[in-house]
Amino acid sequence: MTQSNPLDQKRGLFQRLFGSDSAAAEPVAPVTEPLSWWQRLKGGLQRSSQALGQGISDLLTKKRLDAQTLQDFEDVLIRADLGITVSERIIAALKREKFDRDVEAADIEHVLVNEIKNVLDPVAKPLAIDTTKKPFVILMAGVNGAGKTTTIGKLTAKFKAEGHKILLVAGDTFRAAAIEQLQVWGARNDVEVMSRPQGADAAGLAFDAMTRARTDNFDLVMIDTAGRLQNRTELMQELEKIVRVIKKCDAEAPHASLLVLDATVGQNALSQVELFRKSAGISGLIMTKLDGTARGGILVALAQAQQIPIHFIGVGEGIDDLEPFTADDFARALTQRV
Amino acid sequence: MFESLSDKLSGILNGLTRRGALSEADVTAALREVRLALIEADVSLDVVKTFIEQVRSRAVGAEVVRSVSPGQMVVKIVHDALVETLGAEQVGINLEATPPVAILMVGLQGSGKTTTTAKLARRLTERDRRKVLMASLDTRRPAAMEQLATLGKQLSIETLPIVTGQSPVQITRRALDAARLGGFDVVLLDTAGRTTVDEALMAEVAEVKTLAKPHEVLLVADALTGQDAVNTARAFEERVGITGIVLTRVDGDGRGGAALSMRSVTGKPIKLVGMGEKMDALDDFHPSRIANRILGMGDIVSLVEKASQNIDAEKAKALAEKMRKGKFDLDDLRDQLAQIEKIGGVGGLLGMLPGVAKMKDQIASANLDQTVVKRQKAIIDSMTRMERRNPDILKASRKKRIAAGSGTKVEDINRLLKMHRQTADMMKAMGQAKRGPMAGMAQMFGLGGGMPSAEEIAKLQAQASAGGAGLPDFPGAQGLGQQGQAGKPPIGLPTGLPGMGGKGFGLPGLGGFNPFGGKKK
Ligand SMILES: Nc1nc2c(ncn2[C@@H]2O[C@H](COP(=O)(O)OP(=O)(O)OP(=O)(O)O)[C@@H](O)[C@H]2O)c(=O)[nH]1
Ligand SMILES: [Mg+2]
Repeated sequence: MTQSNPLDQKRGLFQRLFGSDSAAAEPVAPVTEPLSWWQRLKGGLQRSSQALGQGISDLLTKKRLDAQTLQDFEDVLIRADLGITVSERIIAALKREKFDRDVEAADIEHVLVNEIKNVLDPVAKPLAIDTTKKPFVILMAGVNGAGKTTTIGKLTAKFKAEGHKILLVAGDTFRAAAIEQLQVWGARNDVEVMSRPQGADAAGLAFDAMTRARTDNFDLVMIDTAGRLQNRTELMQELEKIVRVIKKCDAEAPHASLLVLDATVGQNALSQVELFRKSAGISGLIMTKLDGTARGGILVALAQAQQIPIHFIGVGEGIDDLEPFTADDFARALTQRV
Repeated sequence: MFESLSDKLSGILNGLTRRGALSEADVTAALREVRLALIEADVSLDVVKTFIEQVRSRAVGAEVVRSVSPGQMVVKIVHDALVETLGAEQVGINLEATPPVAILMVGLQGSGKTTTTAKLARRLTERDRRKVLMASLDTRRPAAMEQLATLGKQLSIETLPIVTGQSPVQITRRALDAARLGGFDVVLLDTAGRTTVDEALMAEVAEVKTLAKPHEVLLVADALTGQDAVNTARAFEERVGITGIVLTRVDGDGRGGAALSMRSVTGKPIKLVGMGEKMDALDDFHPSRIANRILGMGDIVSLVEKASQNIDAEKAKALAEKMRKGKFDLDDLRDQLAQIEKIGGVGGLLGMLPGVAKMKDQIASANLDQTVVKRQKAIIDSMTRMERRNPDILKASRKKRIAAGSGTKVEDINRLLKMHRQTADMMKAMGQAKRGPMAGMAQMFGLGGGMPSAEEIAKLQAQASAGGAGLPDFPGAQGLGQQGQAGKPPIGLPTGLPGMGGKGFGLPGLGGFNPFGGKKK
């Protein structure tokens, strides 16, 4: 940690806990690059923890890893939505390694972050567009308001920059002005949006889009869908139907079915992944709204239970506010107390 | 799930003797499981901690009645505390102000503000016959304004015409003017979603609030929210100031712990819940439904109800036994008074009647002057055990002592004793009558003709849980039952629940339901 980078003055939980000046080596980004989510987060945490006076460094200055300290760590994880089972498991691992030993703050941080990172590493996978599939079809699904449409807008910007010819499909034919919302994103990215009037059959639209993409040589088709709660069977059947129709055109499609999760979501995400997986064969996750106070720790529980790839995180409403999911940054962010 | 919580609890508390009070150690062990259940239900950790301490103080020393297991007893205590924290009474949208009454909708991105705005507009239009104007201040999300306009068209509710390029504050000003000039009763202001760490946007919504002086500021929040619920609720409360909460996506399969978190940190009532995407899917908030969910969905409702019936039945049986023997002492009277105090008038036997149990909440929220009840309890508490068992020994000197001890007058004590005598006579008559009006009374309580037996109590319970049929001769009871079931305010609910004491016959525990009110039929 160098004092020259103002963002790094923010001390992690462990430094705060132990008030130590230990030097946890953190990568310092070149000044010219735009700030990453993790850097912005650290900056933000510094402000908020100062403002709210929530630093807990004064509470614990001891350097022995005792039961109380372990409990405090567990609390931090629970507050980040990891859930009780996963939090306990991680703390148990920490305890095995370091309990009742004199430890450096950085040491414990290292162990803890590593435990989480080990869980997340196997699922941190970029979304690869296989150009041999033409068109490559991406289906977006999720509960209402998760951030599906916005994420499509952001993904479009990214994939367009990579040179793909993209067709957007306004498959949310239910919610008022959902079509217009996607059209705005289409215009922002200067890509075509296929739509039918509100109330039309989404599966029919998907079918048309598949045909259209073939004839007009699109590389990538991204299909928006209406938000739906996973326990609403009739709506999930509708989603199944969309998938079925897509498969009729191309048995391998959709090549990616992405479930969009809101970072504020709690334990219900487990049910979302399970049921959306059943209906839409979810192949990967995107978590949005990590620019707020929510930490999205449920991803750790998901990674452990479902081994489902996590591709991106959404960190704002702007077109560029999308970053690849990286286990290391995410693990560090989780151990910060908001 | 509840089963597992209940199973775990019964496992832990198995060693506990069936009768007796919950010890500190029992409670601690049980509450460890409750803590886990609450965290799994997404109740924020800090709220869990305070809540657990609150429950602990209630549970330690609580008496476990024979027919429920200690585990069920704890669940019941937890459940009741949940309901209480969530807010036992229904608080609606307040429109008591000079029109146009402004209502400001705030919340995180994607929480359901726009849909809720439209649903609320519909409700205020159709149910409350108000003329409503909706305005979208969401200049950020693409097509957000169109979304509200479309919904307005669908519902035939007016929306403020969209003028591009205006700031939220400018739109607010325009909306207020339009509402005033157009003679609207209510103006609903839908705002853009915002994260609470976005200083500029939080300042903006605060500015809108200053300008609009809304009568209600509703935080629209997703019922699926996890631990972040406290941060969000606290931030909106501190930076903007809210008057209530609307929970959305309650039709999902989430456990809904966010409700408890947000209610606890803001102290603001949950006013409405969103139950679906359709425009009529906006309901009143029922705390016990959310409490049931938090503890685990499904069977908890019936289990807790059964448990509480068992608890009541246990007491009823004991009371019936005393009635039969003609023994109803001041301790029993005190029990009944405590019941009245606890649930506001309808307790004990009457509380078990089908339909009546369902109305307890409504009765509790009726304005009940409980000072009389409190005073009477205080009098009994100032007596010695011997005096409570044998009221006959209470002569002038003892009465003076008790009056001094309870801060009352000797007349108050005489009044209490008279009431006790009347009640005891009544009880005795009911307990022993084989026919005649008293037998009818006894039957009304499901006790058969003066011979209450375990089977009869069991039958009564079955009737109570079947929720209806077969209640003889209780004026209004069936009507009340139906009303209660329909979820509407009961007709003929006594308006002034009793202050006991005074004139007429007030059977303790029976509140203002005059058992002799046969003429009403
Ligand atoms: N702060 C923040 N807001 C986001 C992010 N992603 C999406 N949003 C916002 O969340 C809200 C909901 O996003 P949408 O893209 O409309 O969500 P959706 O899943 O398509 O919603 P429905 O179509 O209504 O089911 C919008 O206000 C978005 O601007 C993010 O990463 N950060
Ligand atoms: Mg959408």
